[in-house]
Order: sequence, then structure tokens, then C-alpha cells
Amino acid sequence: MDAVAFYVFAGLSLLSAIGIVVSTNIVRSAVFLLGTLGGVACLYFVLDANLLAVIQLIVYAGGTLVLMVFGIMLTSKSPWVGFTATRGQIVGAVLVAVLLAVGICTLVLSADWAVSDNAPLAQSPPVAKVGEKLLTDYLVPFEVASVLLLVVMIGAAYLARTEK
Amino acid sequence: MILAVGLNHYLVLSALIFSLGVLCMATKRNAIGILIGVELVLNAANINLVAFSKHTTGLGDGHIFAVFVILLAAAEAALAIAIFMNFYNTLRTIDVDRGDELRG
Repeated sequence: MDAVAFYVFAGLSLLSAIGIVVSTNIVRSAVFLLGTLGGVACLYFVLDANLLAVIQLIVYAGGTLVLMVFGIMLTSKSPWVGFTATRGQIVGAVLVAVLLAVGICTLVLSADWAVSDNAPLAQSPPVAKVGEKLLTDYLVPFEVASVLLLVVMIGAAYLARTEK
Repeated sequence: MILAVGLNHYLVLSALIFSLGVLCMATKRNAIGILIGVELVLNAANINLVAFSKHTTGLGDGHIFAVFVILLAAAEAALAIAIFMNFYNTLRTIDVDRGDELRG
């Protein structure tokens, strides 16, 4: 059951990611990004990371993606405007990406991880435990992150203001 | 059993999404397209974090790291969009190749 869910959602994520890369229309890319984000969120559910899956859907799909769509709408007179790279650039980029994919796959498949692939999986942490960790072991990064968000909010509002 | 899903499946999926993100960053000339590529790369990293968290201790440290990655991605997107607004207001285009005023 887990395997079927993995293959379905991994396929959704991968196909959407390919769609992002090949579509020349930026609006379509944004919609395909929604597919990837949703697929990855479902993979989090498969991996028993319920809290993270919900955060992914709320913050990424609900916040970041909407922000991007606003950016797309505000920066193009027509949403169908697309810029494409030259053929040489595309060939070079594809070559680099394929090399990267093959290299990383070879590395991770040949690496001797401390975990065995067939080891019994550890009990997944309940949401309460993750929250408790966030407010004890990871309290300082948590607070720094909140200050960072405030700074980013002020900075973005300052940068995007209209000139007098 | 070929259908059994282990850690390696997630690692390979993550590597593929990462490469697609790099490809997206390299081929798009629309600044927001590049930002979308960055989001793909960050998502690939998050898949790795959660998969390792599931397959090792299960104490949830990987989940917390992933939460911080999502948070930083949101912050980065907000600032990047604000910068692209200024870029567009100055140059009247979102094509990153036009931003070459500093070229020597």
C-alpha cells in the first residue's frame, strides 16, 4: 500500500517537475509547481510526517505559490509572455543536469548509509513531540527564525514600495 | 519484492527533482522561473531530510530541519519577488538577461 502511494505521488511530483522545466509559459510553470508541491506533501504523509505535510500545503502551496503568481501577474503585461534560452544554452544545461542526476544517483546508491534499507522503521514522532522539540532543543533557531521573518516582512515592504 | 520502497527510492527521487530544479534555474530567463527552480531544489532537500528522519532515529529532528527550510524558502520568495518588482519597474521587463548595466 505504501509502495503504491509512493509511486503515484513520486510520479506526480516528477512529471510536474518535468512540466515546469519544459513549459515556456511561466503561468503553466507555476501551476505545475503546485503539482510538485502537492505530490511532495503527499510523500510526507506517506513518510508519517503529518505536521510537515500540512505545513507544506499551507505555507508553500497556500503562501509562497500565491505570492509567485502575484509576482507573475504584476511583472508581465500579458501572462503569455515567455522568454526561452538559446539552443546552445539548453543543450549545455541539459548536459549538466543529466550529469548531476547520474552522479548523485550513483553516489547515494553506492554509499554505505548507517541505516539498512530493510531495517525496521522507527516509530514516527507524534506532532506533539515535534512541537515540544521545537520549543526546547530548537528554541534558539525558532526565535531567530521569527526575527528573520519580521526583518523579511519589513524589507520586502520597503523594497516593493512605490517611489514617491 | 521490486515494489518495496526503501530509503534509496526517496534519495533517487530527490536527486531527480534536484537536477530538474538546476535545469530550470539554468534554462529559464524569466526571473520568477528561476525562483521556481530554487523551490524545486529546496523541496528535493526536504524529501531527503524527511526520508532520513523516517529511516533512522525517528525522533523528528529531520522534520524540524525541514520546517526551517520551508520557512527560509518562504522568506526568500518574499524578498525575491520584491526585488523582481524593482527590477521590472526599472527595466520594464522580467528577463534576467536585460539586467546587464554593471557589465564592464
